[in-house]
Amino acid sequence: MTDILLTACPVVSGTAEGPALVSSQPISFWGGVDPHTGRIHDPKHELFGQSVSGQILVFPHGKGSSTGSLMMLELVRIYKAPAAIINIRTEPILATGPIVSRYFYGRSIPIITLAPEDFCQIRTGQHLVVNASDGFVCIRDIP
Amino acid sequence: MHLTDGERAVLDGQAGDAASLAMSVLRDIGAVFGAKRLISVSQVHIDTTLYMVDAGVDFAEKMADMGGQFTVPTSLNPSAIDLIRWKEYRTPPDLLENSRWIEAAYLRMGAAPTWTCTPYQHGLIPRFGEQIAWGESNAIAFANSVLGARTNRYADLMDICAAIIGKVPEFGLHLTENRRAEILIQLIDVPEKCFENTAIYPVLGYLLGEIAGDTVAAIDGIPNRIPVSGLKAFSAAAASSGAVGLFHMICITPEAQTTEMCFQDRPPKQVVDICFHQIQDAAERLSSAAVPAVDLIALGCPHYSFPEFMDLIRLLDGRRIGGSVEFWVFTSRSAYAWIRDCGMLKRLTDSGVTVFTDGCPLQYPGQSWKFSAAMTDSAKFASYCFSQTGLACVFGSLSDCVETAVSGGRVRRSIL
Repeated sequence: MTDILLTACPVVSGTAEGPALVSSQPISFWGGVDPHTGRIHDPKHELFGQSVSGQILVFPHGKGSSTGSLMMLELVRIYKAPAAIINIRTEPILATGPIVSRYFYGRSIPIITLAPEDFCQIRTGQHLVVNASDGFVCIRDIP
Repeated sequence: MHLTDGERAVLDGQAGDAASLAMSVLRDIGAVFGAKRLISVSQVHIDTTLYMVDAGVDFAEKMADMGGQFTVPTSLNPSAIDLIRWKEYRTPPDLLENSRWIEAAYLRMGAAPTWTCTPYQHGLIPRFGEQIAWGESNAIAFANSVLGARTNRYADLMDICAAIIGKVPEFGLHLTENRRAEILIQLIDVPEKCFENTAIYPVLGYLLGEIAGDTVAAIDGIPNRIPVSGLKAFSAAAASSGAVGLFHMICITPEAQTTEMCFQDRPPKQVVDICFHQIQDAAERLSSAAVPAVDLIALGCPHYSFPEFMDLIRLLDGRRIGGSVEFWVFTSRSAYAWIRDCGMLKRLTDSGVTVFTDGCPLQYPGQSWKFSAAMTDSAKFASYCFSQTGLACVFGSLSDCVETAVSGGRVRRSIL
């Protein structure tokens, strides 16, 4: 096994490293993620009960209310945000919270998008290096 | 994205720290989403007004502290509470305090204290084609679709940045080509008499949102007599079941005077039929299963208008609310002043109705009121009620809500 390097499109710049938490379902940060704990608290979501904090959160695209951006800013404020986000498509509401937090708290959530065929290669628990400044993701070959 | 010399100077801090931060956010969003330039907006409606998390207070306060001033007319979405009747609303002290901090910060930056989710009813109403930056999903759908103004679905925080700069990146629904409908929805075999019950409009909006998702859909077959309150309920419902920023109603909404017009002379990518049984099914899905009685009637999601208060008074016909049912209607300060000054408010309170301003029924302080189930005429309220308040909810027509309330809370439903 060797590392797998995937070319990514940067949305919000920055770098991060950590374990992947993957969902095939869209995520809403308003109503979907508890802003006080960082846990997915939508009982209908397949990641229900899991914490997004410190994870490389991998999901196809966002959904739901425009208040999601404020909830992401709160997660950054209390240090419970995901380490990075990987999407197939990032909509403006999802990008706004991390962009504001970079200027407001001096910390952000890097976001990149991948082509669907590359997105499908990522599995929960894999160790990822996300570089949203140079535009790549590395799936590390760690036994 | 190209910035002018003046915009670059703002970015560099020549208009203060708040404006520099706001400009940085606009530049980044514009760059990510392919905008070529910033365009001026004539007004902003801010959605980041409800106390939910401390980051919201933090952001509004620090932007005001850094000298942030709104440079275009700016209205405010509801507060978490009735800022005037907060005692009657049984507001917990910490919620009152946080709401007051938010209020002070926005007024300091120069917002109009509208505290309403229906800025299109009373307030800063844009004209056809006007470029604006609005938050609040129902207001965005109404402004784009019914008024023909142009706004993206602005995220919380971005709305504040837009109000400080008075500009937004030019992408999405600001551009004519992105306002073209992709999906054509046709009503099949819906009996004409169904439209006599105005509850059909929020149900149809709910179905459109489910079908459209985040795309632009056009719906054909809505009768021309749809009232403005029907368009409002339709917009709110569509924007709660889907990420709908714009829809077209053929022969009704301004960019859809003909089918060709809203498809910009191209064929629909998809055609979807809605049959009568799907409308009945959607109306059922909006209610929690098996709720025999309710103790809260929640109207005013979105905020009630003067014509809707007239309908309510006509249906109540002087009767009193029965049993221990609380009958709440939420509205704006301006609609409240109208109904107070013409005597309608007294008739409502004599019937046992409570009218609140500024707040949002989905955010009422649940710890202060021990309700078991709610009933509403709003598909938006019905779809968010359980997740936001923990209450089971029944969706019905306004007449159903009134009859249920008068009978002491035993649910009466006759819709569709």
